[in-house]
Amino acid sequence: MLDTLLLSRIQFAANISFHILFPTITIALGWLLVYFKIRFDLSQHPVWMRAYRFWVKVFALTFALGVVSGITMSFQFGTNWPGFMETVGNIAGPLLAYEILTAFFLEATMLGIMLFGFNKVPRWLHTLATLLVALGTTLSAFWILVLNSWMQTPAGFEMRDGVAHATDWLAIIFNPSFPYRFTHMLLASALTVCFLVAGISAYRLYRGDNKKAPRLTLKTALFTAAVLAPTQAFVGDLHGLNTLEHQPQKIAAMEGIWHTEQGAPLVLFAIPDAETQTNRFALEIPKLASLILTHDLNGELKGLNEFPGAHPPVAPVFYSFRVMVGIGVLMLAVAWWCSLRLYRKGELSPLQYKVLIGMSFSGWLATLAGWYVTEIGRQPYLVYGVLKTSDAVTTVASEQVALTLIMYLALYVVLLLAYVKTLFWLAKRAIEVEEYDLSLPGLPEQKAKLANEGAEA
Amino acid sequence: MSLLTAENLALVFAGLTALAVLLYAILDGYDLGVGITLPMQQEAWRDTAIASIGPFWDANETWLVLAVGLLLVAFPAAHSAILHALYLPAALLLIGLILRGVAFDFRAKVKPERKIRWDWTFKFGSLLATFSQGFMLGIYVMGLEYSVGSVVFASFSGLCVTAAYAMIGNAWLIGKTSGDLQRHAIRQCKLAGVWTLAGILAVSAINPLVNANVYQVWTEPPLAYLFAAIPLLCFAMFALGYLALQRLPLPDDRGAWLPFFICKIIFICSFVGLALSFYPFVVPNQMTLYEAASSKESLTIIFFGAVVVIPIIAAYTAVAYYAFRGKADGLKYY
Repeated sequence: MLDTLLLSRIQFAANISFHILFPTITIALGWLLVYFKIRFDLSQHPVWMRAYRFWVKVFALTFALGVVSGITMSFQFGTNWPGFMETVGNIAGPLLAYEILTAFFLEATMLGIMLFGFNKVPRWLHTLATLLVALGTTLSAFWILVLNSWMQTPAGFEMRDGVAHATDWLAIIFNPSFPYRFTHMLLASALTVCFLVAGISAYRLYRGDNKKAPRLTLKTALFTAAVLAPTQAFVGDLHGLNTLEHQPQKIAAMEGIWHTEQGAPLVLFAIPDAETQTNRFALEIPKLASLILTHDLNGELKGLNEFPGAHPPVAPVFYSFRVMVGIGVLMLAVAWWCSLRLYRKGELSPLQYKVLIGMSFSGWLATLAGWYVTEIGRQPYLVYGVLKTSDAVTTVASEQVALTLIMYLALYVVLLLAYVKTLFWLAKRAIEVEEYDLSLPGLPEQKAKLANEGAEA
Repeated sequence: MSLLTAENLALVFAGLTALAVLLYAILDGYDLGVGITLPMQQEAWRDTAIASIGPFWDANETWLVLAVGLLLVAFPAAHSAILHALYLPAALLLIGLILRGVAFDFRAKVKPERKIRWDWTFKFGSLLATFSQGFMLGIYVMGLEYSVGSVVFASFSGLCVTAAYAMIGNAWLIGKTSGDLQRHAIRQCKLAGVWTLAGILAVSAINPLVNANVYQVWTEPPLAYLFAAIPLLCFAMFALGYLALQRLPLPDDRGAWLPFFICKIIFICSFVGLALSFYPFVVPNQMTLYEAASSKESLTIIFFGAVVVIPIIAAYTAVAYYAFRGKADGLKYY
């Protein structure tokens, strides 16, 4: 039988992995909807409303999944990790409270107006509600990443009798890793949404949907991804340098550096072996890791040997990092490849459609992998240098944790399948919808036609 | 700021947490209630019933997050002790809430022939959630102890809380619908009301018998005379509600919101009654709210945030209810 600590960790990981999938989409999708809505308000062109109406359905479904899986999280802190609040509750408590007060109510209430209020409230109020929903999701991300970053790089507190007390709230909120992690996560959300929108739009076009809305959303998503993918690589690099400064053992695990060395190679792939403390079957580029992380070919990188008993398990961090970077590189390549073709020819090849459809949920994989790097990379600590995970765990019997874990996992598998299926079903149904009436006065299509007729006459 | 002593802050946060729980019970109560008694006879009824709670359920559930969150940040030791003892029913509650929350959205988006499946999921999830809540309340009242007696009592409490939610849910539907569905809701509301009354009577009888502390609160003069007003008001509301339901529906839909208003008062009376029974304990007979409160500094920080933000929340919630006033018949996406 597994012990309560390991089961609690698996359960927390399962719950938060499931939960994070949905905010990752809603954070950026909210802003995309704001963009569609404002474009509609300005131009009155129905294509923007079409785009809005399709994606607001996806948003609603995603948001609902995010809300209900998030409620689970608010229970889990206390049920499975009582030591967390006992030790750092004075800091985590206000941050969580502010998230609920400033973000949750705002987004939940405005969502009602956004989804059901189009014909009930003035147009400006509907646009404002859309904007406030997006703002709410982003604020929520802000607070929760403040807390997470503080757990990685704690600052602005002092320990009295084994309990953390806040001394400087600004230092707590803008702790050293926060700006990097927050930016990295917002970009991750944006890229996830770009590929989701591109994938679903590609699916509609590939299936013979000739309407303007999917073409417009495909273009918007691809061009945005083409800009954001390299930006994310740059921000990720800065984030890595920040981690090197504050959590060197995490970097050592990510790069598979067992022993401190100068001129460390970049390990492209290997099988890290904890027994012998070496990398088997390593494929390396000499000196590159030192160059990237220290900007010096012979720079020294600390190895795991410097942190006996206080470094994370290497394999999961090492592999997750490679999954994240691998998908990131793939996203960059695909975004540029498809954007270029779209820019030149106005449409994609069938192969490109298929690739985009296949990559619809690639952002999820990269985001999860990234979170595994940072969270497993913080082990054995729950709050880096302050509280060990094993000291915070509950005394609930392991059978109870195991039972609930199985229930959650079964539920999550069913819901994920239903979610993905429903998204493609929504797309399929949208294909059959008629194109809007092109003869409406004031549409650009109509103006173009009139201009052509005028030229012929 | 000499008023913000550690004791006062503990009391203020106990009040805030209690308010959040009460608002949750009333607000999510009516949308859970609509779920429990979702009329399966006609699809159009289900569409209207669910549309009536569509714009609100999400914000309603946020009160639970706030209640649990406040308990967590203001009384971490109590949060840990209570949810430790209620680990399994809490997990069932969460699964119920997850099921109904997603069913609500899936039903409107899946293939038409699958819709009924999600409607059943919505009903089942709502039932699981309300029964678990009632069960948790029952175990809490019994001092967080598990024995044959306490589990039987908690199961009974689960049924009664489910009935109370069904009552307020149908009272909401009476206000939000018309015609056959409204008449259906009136009948359901009456039925649920009888069960709720039975439940309140049973809890009121058993609670003082098992907790000496509770017996004292309700029998010791002079405060007991004052407190007696609460059950009297509560039972008067049941009588008034019964009379109202006998006469509804009236021409021009007069009095359609009266049952909902009465249900709110019943909820408030029951809640205040329970709160008075247990004060100053936050974990019955084990931990007072003063012992469980977290540090003064972090409570002060949250206090100022709450003072500024809660009126704003109230304001935009009012905007949302104003925007969606009236019958729900025509309400749908966009």
